[in-house]
Amino acid sequence: MKVEIDNEGCDFCGTCVGVCPADAIELMESTIRIDQERCTLCESCVDICPLAVPEVVK
Amino acid sequence: MRNQYDMIVVGGGPGGAMAARHAAMGGASVLVLEKDRDIGLPVRCAEGISERALSLLVPVRERWIACEVNNFLLVAPDGTSLTAHTGITGYILHRRLFDADLMDLAVEAGAQVLTRAYVHDLVFEDGVITGVKMVHLGKAYSLKAKIVIGADGVESRVGRWAGLKTHTKMVDMESCVQMTLAKIKIDPTVAEFHMGHKIAPGGYLWVFPKGKDTANVGLGISGKYTKEARPIDYLQEFIDKRFPGASPLSMVAGGVPSAPTLNKIVTHGLMLVGDAARQINPVTGGGIICAMIAGKIAGETAAEAIKADNVTEKFLSKYAKQWNKEEGRRNESAYKLKKAIVQFPDEEFNGIAKTLSSIPFEERTVYNVFKTSLIKHPKLILEAAKVFLER
Repeated sequence: MKVEIDNEGCDFCGTCVGVCPADAIELMESTIRIDQERCTLCESCVDICPLAVPEVVK
Repeated sequence: MRNQYDMIVVGGGPGGAMAARHAAMGGASVLVLEKDRDIGLPVRCAEGISERALSLLVPVRERWIACEVNNFLLVAPDGTSLTAHTGITGYILHRRLFDADLMDLAVEAGAQVLTRAYVHDLVFEDGVITGVKMVHLGKAYSLKAKIVIGADGVESRVGRWAGLKTHTKMVDMESCVQMTLAKIKIDPTVAEFHMGHKIAPGGYLWVFPKGKDTANVGLGISGKYTKEARPIDYLQEFIDKRFPGASPLSMVAGGVPSAPTLNKIVTHGLMLVGDAARQINPVTGGGIICAMIAGKIAGETAAEAIKADNVTEKFLSKYAKQWNKEEGRRNESAYKLKKAIVQFPDEEFNGIAKTLSSIPFEERTVYNVFKTSLIKHPKLILEAAKVFLER
């Protein structure tokens, strides 16, 4: 299981970064990625995203 | 671009611009690094601001003002709406022009600015911050600075790299989405605030005019509820009812921290400013003024620190103390208020609105509104109205 953020749907607003307790999300000007080593699968990013972009995938 | 500055500012929004300006005015050499392509874009903001508060900080330019609002419409969950003569003027800004002009003031004072400059780490020597690592147009740079300002927004990581606890709890983060709609029927002198658990649980929905028939229509929902209540769905539902078929000129998402200022916003060689420090008005979600006030104080403190050759946490704490005194303490009270307000069931809001709307409009001065609500409802409501309307 892991959380993925689709760069196509993302607005790069950084709300998820603000709530991530593990500092696992790297946000640049127009790309975003989750550091899977740091991610604890808490799903805060999945729950907070205004556009419902992050997804839990197998 | 040199490779050494007195102060490097990470983030080119209003907080960063004010910090840069005031540090440069105090004689410091300053570089602002903005990760986006432009200062002022994207606009991720409802763009509402208090006229009075802004005029205390910078000379106001007409080109910043999309609309001047002097009527505030509060809409309760059951649709009961009321306006009041507040004597308060608000501006709905063109943030794109506003941010650019603020940075222009910083450059005028002597600061340098670079966009498409992504800071990805701090540099430490013997456990002390000595600069930043950044990438600009594909090239890596290591820049030295005596002081780093973290003005990098809600997504701030500068603080974390310095060991400061900046992550926000879900319940203290408003998840927001906004569309700027064209050719809609609105009153361009009125700013609307809609409340209710079915409209925007734990937050509110706004309609802020940007022209005679254009408005920023958006909402914020508390992270406490976003798992079930997705902001984009709630906004679309409102728009489909109120402005069906309206064309969006823009759509943005964003997060607004709604907790009080972080406990620690200063460490050796580093100060956090604005959304990065969680400096906002917890009731309205407004952060521009807070960021500007904090940026000004941080910039002035930085200039003093450079002159005194002392960038220790102890010296820089002057900034945190002054912020707390000027603004931080107010926001603490507002936060307690906000926590109480979001617990109100819809019926309570409806009751308050009905009570207040029983006052004839001509008599609906701020004073009378407060007086009536004091009689019928808890003192909390009085404080709420004051906080809501004053900034």
